[in-house]
Amino acid sequence: MQILAGVGAPAGDYQSIATTTVGVAGQTTITFSSIPATYSHLQVRYIARNSGTGDSFIAMKWIFNSDATAVYSNHYLYGNGAVTGSGATTSASSAGGDGLLGMIKDNAAGYTSMYAAGVLDILDYANTNKYKTCRLLWGEDLNGSGRVALQSANWQKTTAINRIDFSCATGDFMQYSQFALYGIKG
Amino acid sequence: MPSTYEPISTQTLGSDIATVTFSSIPQTYTDLVLVSNLKHSYVGSAVVQINGLQFNSDTATNYSTTYIQGNGTAASSSRGTSNPGFTIYSSMASATSFMSQTFHIFNYTNATTYKTILFRSGNADDAGYGAVASVGLWRATPAAITRIDFVATSTYVWKTGSTFTLYGIKAA
Repeated sequence: MQILAGVGAPAGDYQSIATTTVGVAGQTTITFSSIPATYSHLQVRYIARNSGTGDSFIAMKWIFNSDATAVYSNHYLYGNGAVTGSGATTSASSAGGDGLLGMIKDNAAGYTSMYAAGVLDILDYANTNKYKTCRLLWGEDLNGSGRVALQSANWQKTTAINRIDFSCATGDFMQYSQFALYGIKG
Repeated sequence: MPSTYEPISTQTLGSDIATVTFSSIPQTYTDLVLVSNLKHSYVGSAVVQINGLQFNSDTATNYSTTYIQGNGTAASSSRGTSNPGFTIYSSMASATSFMSQTFHIFNYTNATTYKTILFRSGNADDAGYGAVASVGLWRATPAAITRIDFVATSTYVWKTGSTFTLYGIKAA
């Protein structure tokens, strides 16, 4: 038996469901649909980069089951190499993006080939009696700037999650961004 | 669905050693996860900076690390830039304390992008940094990672009983 980082699972019960790798044209939305309800938990592992050129951090958003109504909230704790911060967002229309975090650096000069990375855990995603809570470890280091963060997010719906859409607050995901969805059995 | 998250190699130290190496890493996975429960030879309350995690034997100043930590009193954030390895911050107040760490190494076979890693560290009875989350960037010419060295630096060694396990995760 192996111990999974973040979520305990025996070896063999961690399974790849689907993966999207962004091509040269970029991609506005990364979608995982028809997610089977046969696992206990989901995990998304990603690297991502935004197409903007303004030398800024761009929020990454995700929504469940195409629901973009104001039923999301989040809390976050971050460090940017100089200071720490914490905050929260309520009644947001997506998880992550309306807060500070889940962000990716854009394509400004000097950051070529640098990608943010994250591990998103979505626990008990198929339960129809609970609001859904997820957690994210996210970071991007740029050799002199960047940030690392822990974030929680809540979707105030009891519906089983069968679809996840990732997008950027502005711009697209750039080539080589990759999102991989895994299922973890109970 | 294909099962994944497989152990590639485990090392449990039977004696003190300066460097732990995983070489000839198979190129058949998407991500690597390195889980360590380790102790180095320093014992005291100071926070020790070890620029000790290196890829492909690259000891040039191609590594940078940003972290946030909480020590039970306050949180802080800092970074190391242009270092010869990813920076691991630790202190060992007790001779029997071991740090627990999980390193996520993303898209390690990609020869196009720089490599970003995330890692978390914990040390419960530590007088220094207790809980740490870090992000690191390796800016060498993009290449697949085939070797990982965990170097305790010239000042310290990894102590007997430290464990290191490398896992592979393959995306469909």
